[in-house]
Amino acid sequence: MSTLSHEPLLAKFPEAQWDEAAGAVILPEGQARAIAEWLVEQGGDYCSNVTGVDYLEAEVKEKIKNEEGEEETVTRIEPGRIDVVYHIYSMRDRTGPLVLKQRTTRENATAKSLTPVWRSCELQEREVYDLFGVNFTGHPDQRRILMWDEFEGHPMRKDYAEPFDYEWEPTPHDEILEKHKKGKVIV
Amino acid sequence: MTTAAPNYELIQQDGLDTGLLEVSMGPHHPSTHGVFRMDVKLDGETVVDLKPVFGYLHRNHEKLAENMSYLASMPFADRLDYFNSMTNNWAYALAAEQLVEVEVPERAEYLRVIMAELTRLVNHVSLVGFFVNDLGALGTPLLYAFREREKILDLFEQASGARMMCNYFRFGGLRNDVPEGWLDRTREVVDRFPAFLDEYEQLLCENEIILSRTQGIGVMSRELAINAGITGPMLRASGEPYDLRKVDAYGIYDRFQFRVPYGEAGDCYDRFMVRMLEMRESIGILKQALANIPEGPIMGKMGKVFKPKPKEVYGRVEAPKGELGFYLIANGTPKPYRYRVRPPSFINLTTLRDMCLGQKVADAVIILGSIDIVLGEVDR
Repeated sequence: MSTLSHEPLLAKFPEAQWDEAAGAVILPEGQARAIAEWLVEQGGDYCSNVTGVDYLEAEVKEKIKNEEGEEETVTRIEPGRIDVVYHIYSMRDRTGPLVLKQRTTRENATAKSLTPVWRSCELQEREVYDLFGVNFTGHPDQRRILMWDEFEGHPMRKDYAEPFDYEWEPTPHDEILEKHKKGKVIV
Repeated sequence: MTTAAPNYELIQQDGLDTGLLEVSMGPHHPSTHGVFRMDVKLDGETVVDLKPVFGYLHRNHEKLAENMSYLASMPFADRLDYFNSMTNNWAYALAAEQLVEVEVPERAEYLRVIMAELTRLVNHVSLVGFFVNDLGALGTPLLYAFREREKILDLFEQASGARMMCNYFRFGGLRNDVPEGWLDRTREVVDRFPAFLDEYEQLLCENEIILSRTQGIGVMSRELAINAGITGPMLRASGEPYDLRKVDAYGIYDRFQFRVPYGEAGDCYDRFMVRMLEMRESIGILKQALANIPEGPIMGKMGKVFKPKPKEVYGRVEAPKGELGFYLIANGTPKPYRYRVRPPSFINLTTLRDMCLGQKVADAVIILGSIDIVLGEVDR
């Protein structure tokens, strides 16, 4: 019985990185589909959970040793990013999970859709598109799923600001409309 | 074997091209179990295309939970799948308990199993009632089911104070111990349940109308079910005996003897039967748990403030509808940085279109009923 683990994956695809703190494999850009297809062959036939995580730009303070061997605190700026997280299990071998992450920028968020490999990503990637604003290239039907089509913005982003009233729209009629055109009524 | 979504070819008889009819079923339709809409394209009575539309009940549960403390979203987790608040609580507690080191006491583990299996009975018995309701047997079987459900809800009320929104689990144990005599009352309910099941099975399982309406309808292959992430009774009906109570053996499920029923054909009848058989197994688990439950504390030792160190965890349980998972990212503050619910009935909707294509429109109603969705969980 083989186990689903990150070591064979990292040996096969050396460009993939292992994030020890998160316990996840960071997929290299452009290879996500190839790795997913390879994983299915290895028994990773069941993709359980797909989601996004939004990280804002943050100042990180780190203690490092400088050239003279003294400790000093350095502040560096960690750029913002969005992770798309996949939890892969093996239904064949009853093992798992293996966590995969696709990293993308916040401004121009795009990721490779894994729906052609695992159908279970279909609705969940639509949800990530809807709530996080990540564009999935190769997704068969990318539309908003939980919010309505006209909705603007992506509510699960950490810097999302709620509008004052979602449902508010100025709909004056008849006399009010005439007055409104003349600027006498503030709607 | 391809798992891509299929397409339906238009039937043309004698060169006559009949127009397609587009019907919007829902959001207020009795068969959609809430506010759910199916955009159906029909060729006569046959479903040519179907798009599920939902989100009417969306309240961004995840964002709300990210803005409050860990424990504050426990009662809110009840509202996901409002039929099964106990298993929702358990899934959340299971994920959060991985963030900190805490040992759940023995008695609490037993009570958790008892509550989860009672919940499974509630869910399956009412699902079967609703399913037969969708078939056209209006009311009577559903009321039989609700009569039994009521007895279990009374038990929940005695233990937690609420019938449906129980809010009974805590990280590291349970909120309070069950009142005196509760276990005896539960034993009584559990002992009487098989007699009801016998009657129910006799009425329904070999009923000719049910057989002819459900057999061969909405078939889903095992390969497609695995690839599309279908879990719970739906997956098992398609022939894959994958039950997290066996696979993960979370809690103390490795101590109980039970079988995992699974189907062969993957049609609506199998989905209905898998649930009927699962109720028998749940009763078996309940009897074992009620016989062996020890005395003792019900809360593990924990700090007063729940403030876990940075960590990412994923906890999942076998909820009555499928795999319910919680993905939590802690960042050292009392609030979760990321809180994600993996809702089983949302993902089980992935293959609704595949199952309905080429079927009659009346069968689409049954197929949706056999998926067992709850819109509180689908829309979150």
